[in-house]
Amino acid sequence: MIRAELKRMAEEERQRQERLFCRIMVCAGTPCLSAGALPVLEALREAVAESRLDAGIEAVGTGCMGPCSRGPLVKVRIRGKETVYERVTPELARQILFSVVKGRRPPTVAALPPELPFFARQMKVVLANSGSINPERIEEYAASGGYSALSHALHEMTPEEVCREISTSGLRGRGGAGYPTGVKWNLARKAPGERKYVVANGDEGDPGAYMDRSVMESDPHRVLEGMALAGYAIGAEQGFIYVRGEYYLAGRRLEAAIRDAERKGLLGSRVLGSNFNFRIDIRTGAGAFVCGEETSLMASIMGKRGQPWHRPPYPAQRGLWGSPTLINNVETLAAVPVVIGRGADWFAGVGTARSKGTKVYALSGQVETTGLIEVPMGTTLREVVFEIGGGIPSGKQFKAAQTGGPSGGSIPAEHLDTPLDYESLEAIGTIMGSGGLIIMDETSCMPDVASFFLDFCRDESCGKCVPCRVGTIEMHRLLRRITSGTATMDDLYRLEELCDLVGATSLCGLGMTAPNPVVSTLRYFRAEYEAHIRERRCPAGACSIEPLPPGPEGPELLHAAGAPEEAD
Amino acid sequence: MSQQKTQPESTLPKNLAADPRFLAVERTIKQYQFRADALIEVLHVAQEAFGYLSEELMSYVARQLKIPYSRVYGVATFYHFFSLEPRGKHSCVVCTGTACYVKRSSEIVARLEQEFDVRAGKTTADGALTLSTVRCLGSCGLAPVMVLDGETVGRCSSESAVAAVHVLIDSGRTPGSIAAEEQSRRKRRGGGA
Repeated sequence: MIRAELKRMAEEERQRQERLFCRIMVCAGTPCLSAGALPVLEALREAVAESRLDAGIEAVGTGCMGPCSRGPLVKVRIRGKETVYERVTPELARQILFSVVKGRRPPTVAALPPELPFFARQMKVVLANSGSINPERIEEYAASGGYSALSHALHEMTPEEVCREISTSGLRGRGGAGYPTGVKWNLARKAPGERKYVVANGDEGDPGAYMDRSVMESDPHRVLEGMALAGYAIGAEQGFIYVRGEYYLAGRRLEAAIRDAERKGLLGSRVLGSNFNFRIDIRTGAGAFVCGEETSLMASIMGKRGQPWHRPPYPAQRGLWGSPTLINNVETLAAVPVVIGRGADWFAGVGTARSKGTKVYALSGQVETTGLIEVPMGTTLREVVFEIGGGIPSGKQFKAAQTGGPSGGSIPAEHLDTPLDYESLEAIGTIMGSGGLIIMDETSCMPDVASFFLDFCRDESCGKCVPCRVGTIEMHRLLRRITSGTATMDDLYRLEELCDLVGATSLCGLGMTAPNPVVSTLRYFRAEYEAHIRERRCPAGACSIEPLPPGPEGPELLHAAGAPEEAD
Repeated sequence: MSQQKTQPESTLPKNLAADPRFLAVERTIKQYQFRADALIEVLHVAQEAFGYLSEELMSYVARQLKIPYSRVYGVATFYHFFSLEPRGKHSCVVCTGTACYVKRSSEIVARLEQEFDVRAGKTTADGALTLSTVRCLGSCGLAPVMVLDGETVGRCSSESAVAAVHVLIDSGRTPGSIAAEEQSRRKRRGGGA
């Protein structure tokens, strides 16, 4: 396919959609599918066929629409006007369709108001196509402007210019650390090497995070286009997408997308009639959290145990099979076509002074509407929780928000007005992370939360370096003593000491950040830890602490073991 | 070794060579041109075909990819996906990710362990059920979540989970398949209007 053919394909699809009287979109992301979206879609397709309106009405499965807890979601678009329906059953879907056919007003029972803050307060850039295009049709992606950034770059920009554009945009890694993407690309571009590789990191292991899964499921071509742009910029001809093993649907859709793109000449040899060749292969993860770390991920791509190795040399200098390798998170790569397509200046105009663009969050936990949201950098946590998320259900109090998964920390209620950007989050002792945002109410016990994350890290430690392998086990043991009411203040001091040690001496990010949940909960909820130890009670009522054995031995034992009164 | 002499083109022990599931594994190995770095992809296919990785299967893979058995064993035991023991007839996987944890999925695991007398990660003595846990399925909006024979079931409670697993073991049906049956029954009654 050459440039003109791409334009024609996009134009034909746009005209086809414009001719439609009504387009009914059913969310076919994993959460909605498990809530029963498939029977809804089938019912709609049958009804369309029955009423012989195939030409005027179309029912399609799309990617994620956002408010996952309200699924299955259905979006009806009549002459450009869209209405979203929640918790749709097959019967309700037929009702909606028939009222549309007969020109009556569709039922409003399950319709979400368009001014709902969940939709109104968002800004969709990376998720722009999610929930409105069929991820299995390359034509729909092209119709929404897809692959035009690649075409523009291949024909009108040099690789240096692409790198410069990314640098100017201020795009930073969305996987957690927030490393400037442009710097990384330039390093990889300048690194000497016959062969170079581009890797998309889709091994989204943080419990409570599913942004990458959703992007891969809802808009797979966007990731492919981002990878191809990266390949062009650094001079690579081979890319790998490392998809987490649990994400069957994402893997399947990516596979189909790669096949379609190759057939249309948008991947493979001589992309869009240029001299640029680019192939993409999928590698499926096999269930190891540590593989989200870049050196472990490369070991895994090469068929080895996912254990990290020492940096430097960085992957951009020596990566896969000793060649320069550019590793970016899926969400970062998905933002690339926007940066090139709409221009670096537009992108840099969104967000805060040092954190540019938008960020996708997976909002979950004790909040009214859970789901996937995208907001400009710098939106405050209060807006996200209370406006977009609709607040805490059943009249409970907000207690904390956990960001960054097991490597992050918690944000207490007094910091609700913190803007969500890289610097502000770091200042209050947590990290942006990949975008998991778990809201906890007053029934969550913070030492227990810390213990949960340490249990996770203990389990997922690859065992290569001692501080992480042994340290996480010891820290988890100490936390268990605290939550079971058998700890002394001495244990707490030992725990703090271990936090420093493990963080400072571990080999890779997993161990270095493993103590973070403990450090940050201790920082804001120390009183809760002390209540467990000194008073043997759980203020949140989540831990079951057995009463002390009767008689004077109990408290005396505790004091004998060293619970100094003066400590605070 | 004697088997190799009688069957020069296949390096397989007889019991494996007679097995059609094995074809898929052989095809994958050839597709990746016997490259050692395809090990994980090969093990994925092998696990899918056989349900678990037996010693002879792993040693066959090692020979074909020309890598030591220790490396295959090392990789197979490193990743959570691979199982070295046969699985039960049905599987129940409970998500223990953060969102599910906040909504108390650990209580569901404990209830299931008690009810079916099996530790998480193990198979019941009669081979009917494998109970396991997973770190986040990314369906956090539906927390707490479990997966019954590949079908995601959201918004569980201890009681509903136990009931659904009982139904699964007794009749092999999941909540989703039951709902689909009901729907088609209703449609038939409604005369396909």
